[in-house]
Amino acid sequence: MRRPGRDDTPDRLYTLTGGRTRSGPDSPFDLVTLVVAESEPTTGMQSEHVAILRMAQTPIAVVEVAAELGLPVSITKILLSDLLAAGRVSARHPRTSALPDPDILEQVLVGLRSL
Amino acid sequence: MDSAASDARTPLGASADNGLKIVIVGGFGVGKTTMVRSVSEIRPLNTEETMTRASETVDDVSEVRGKTATTVAFDFGRITLDARNVLYLFGAPGQERFWFLWDRLFSGTLGAVVLLDARRIEDSWYAIDRLERHGTPFIVACNDFGGPRHDPADVRDALDLDPHVPIVECDARSRESSKQVLIALVQHIQRHLGDRPARTDSSLRETV
Repeated sequence: MRRPGRDDTPDRLYTLTGGRTRSGPDSPFDLVTLVVAESEPTTGMQSEHVAILRMAQTPIAVVEVAAELGLPVSITKILLSDLLAAGRVSARHPRTSALPDPDILEQVLVGLRSL
Repeated sequence: MDSAASDARTPLGASADNGLKIVIVGGFGVGKTTMVRSVSEIRPLNTEETMTRASETVDDVSEVRGKTATTVAFDFGRITLDARNVLYLFGAPGQERFWFLWDRLFSGTLGAVVLLDARRIEDSWYAIDRLERHGTPFIVACNDFGGPRHDPADVRDALDLDPHVPIVECDARSRESSKQVLIALVQHIQRHLGDRPARTDSSLRETV
């Protein structure tokens, strides 16, 4: 059970997302969007949603959620979109624009130097 | 609490709110995962992304059955920089099929490190070509495999590299060395930004 999804057939992935096959171009999630749970899991909730809410008790990036679930990033984004729409998670999107903010770059340098 | 799950990963601080990306690109066996591991605060994780070539802007799981699906796996690690900024390092294979997913996965990336084995320079040609076309700032890091030292000038020549792109030598197994590679990249990005018209820079800062 450590890595469900790895050897799964596309049919199972299809079922996981309730038949939806597209997260769509309007998906707000970046690979490094940080997700935070806003509620506790409830009974009857899809097991992947439960797992996400548990791991997002502290901020966790979309890519970490995907790795922990053992699911492709695109499927993970669909699951997260459901939770976001239901208000069960909030999303902290990266503050990057077309060009990196010089102040952020300076903060990155300071952080790296103190490693 | 779910102690088994929380033991398995090191959680981020509650105030973390800005994820940043740096991509380490390189051929098979060049040391991408080694470099990620040497600086990451978590054990490197692995995940994958799938897309079809026919519809590159949308995910279409129903097409995964078909032969047009492209699946790429990639490693990543994490460095908490301060209370708000978290840097994710991605190890990305340089092969052609990967680049179908570049925009999807790595738009907004700060920059890239092209990790190379100086004995197999030609493995990096394609990645460098694509990074130049994407306009992604990058540096080249030669991983030291213990053989005879290669002159950076020869490497630059063999890569047909722009004079302003730095080449650094490194030992991907060393945390300090890998850290210096990342610092060299960020400094290069700063210069890259500085080369742009000042007007662009200031107007951006005002609108952000």
